[in-house]
Amino acid sequence: MSLPHPNRSPASEALIEMRGVTCGYGDRTILENVDISLPRGKVIGVMGTSGGGKTTLLRLIGRQLSPLSGQVLFDGIDLAGLDRKGLYDLRRRMGMLFQFGALFTDLSVFDNVAFPLREHTDLSESMIRDLVLMKLDAVGLRGARHLMPSEVSGGMARRVALARAIVLDPDLIMYDEPFAGLDPISLGSASRLIRDLNHALGVTSVIVSHDVEETFEIADHIVFLANGRVAAQGTPAQIRESTDPLVHQFFSASPDGPVQFHYPAVSVAEDFGAGGKA
Amino acid sequence: MNWLNPAWVGRVVLAELVVIGMAARLLLRLLALIPAALRRFSLVVEQIFFVGNRSLSIITVSGLFVGFVLALQGYYTLQRYGSAEAVGLLVALSLVRELGPVVSALLFAGRAGTSLTAEIGLMKAGEQLDAMEMMAVDPVQRVLAPRFVAGLVSMPLLAGVFSAVGVIGGWLVAVPLIGIDGGAFWSQMQGGVSWWSDVGNGVVKSVVFGVTVTFVSLWQGYTCKPTPEGVSQATTRTVVVSSLAVLALDFVLTAMMFSV
Repeated sequence: MSLPHPNRSPASEALIEMRGVTCGYGDRTILENVDISLPRGKVIGVMGTSGGGKTTLLRLIGRQLSPLSGQVLFDGIDLAGLDRKGLYDLRRRMGMLFQFGALFTDLSVFDNVAFPLREHTDLSESMIRDLVLMKLDAVGLRGARHLMPSEVSGGMARRVALARAIVLDPDLIMYDEPFAGLDPISLGSASRLIRDLNHALGVTSVIVSHDVEETFEIADHIVFLANGRVAAQGTPAQIRESTDPLVHQFFSASPDGPVQFHYPAVSVAEDFGAGGKA
Repeated sequence: MNWLNPAWVGRVVLAELVVIGMAARLLLRLLALIPAALRRFSLVVEQIFFVGNRSLSIITVSGLFVGFVLALQGYYTLQRYGSAEAVGLLVALSLVRELGPVVSALLFAGRAGTSLTAEIGLMKAGEQLDAMEMMAVDPVQRVLAPRFVAGLVSMPLLAGVFSAVGVIGGWLVAVPLIGIDGGAFWSQMQGGVSWWSDVGNGVVKSVVFGVTVTFVSLWQGYTCKPTPEGVSQATTRTVVVSSLAVLALDFVLTAMMFSV
């Protein structure tokens, strides 16, 4: 029987909870007093404007970044109270897919996927081989095991990284822009893969993406971030019906609205000398 | 002018102190991680091949030419005093006490140090270190520590190779070329070079330089900006900082060794 974690609060339906989280880089605040609850076992889409704090949210969940104030709870455990060992124990329950895969360039596809197993388990090489090939088969790349990262396309690299992220059977998988730069075929297979893995493995998936159609297609819950706060959250249908002008601008792809097309600057006349000295 | 503004000076000093503190903490962690790195010896061997074996060509060729020059310059001076046979002793003492550790450390910084910095910096830029962190694998233990140990092991060996090849170079110039008696060349060397105070001091220096150059290289790569420009600047800083550190430490060590 496992003992409850000393930092764990009573069990909740949410796998991840953020309570009054404020964080930023240097003098710049990215998220301000944010409360978010990410339900267990669901596919959650995190959307929002560029610089709105989407990737920062993922970094907070993995404690790659610590909040200036507030609490981040993973399965009821306050991340701030963990030492290195406690944090690493928790991270073994998370998988993360980086935007460009972040594959180890000196290792083959097979060795990349085997890496977490070799680091964290004492499994025999034959067992590792079977597990790695199963995960590679799940992402359709069993035949690419011998290739080096430099020999695979961007879409394939992300699928290899996905196989690596799920090889330890995590409770949570985080995807940072999984659809960016993919051709329509890869894009369709990536979104289907995320959905299928979520169902097959019973994990919670958090997807940071700008791709409205693909994200709405597979997400159960959407969190929309803008200007350092949660502008809207709910099911995709609820988000589509949101009356928030920023959410509306985002989904109608209008160049102007609450988010201005032009970066703040002096007037055009002043820059180009129009109406100046004769 | 900024440097006349106490607030600016204070900020700069504080920022530098933070950097020094962080560097000292990383160095202590790396030293503490040596036993753990040795337990996964295959990773260390891989890195010894990378930083050590692949530096052998530049070390041997440089050692040979330094030996040539030392013999020529030594002969030029010693023959004025009728001591040309002592050229072997001069070459050997110059190499094992000073030039072997120092020149091989400078070459090591240029050859292996830069590639360590670039490799770690590019891993950082490609989010590979972040990915490792998120896989609950400590990059300092998995990536930096084996390279640190490899530098520590390789540097004294490379300095030894440099000195040995340099002595052979000195012999080639002094004996077959100039015509100094071979027996006198070797016997003067054998009688005048002390294992402990000469070779031992050289080994101590090369270990210190190995720690210095490898640590500077790893630190620069680990803390560089994860951009092409950041990696390029870090690589340059590796050569500049480690070369100056080696020369400064050489003076300090030589002064200390003279006093014992």
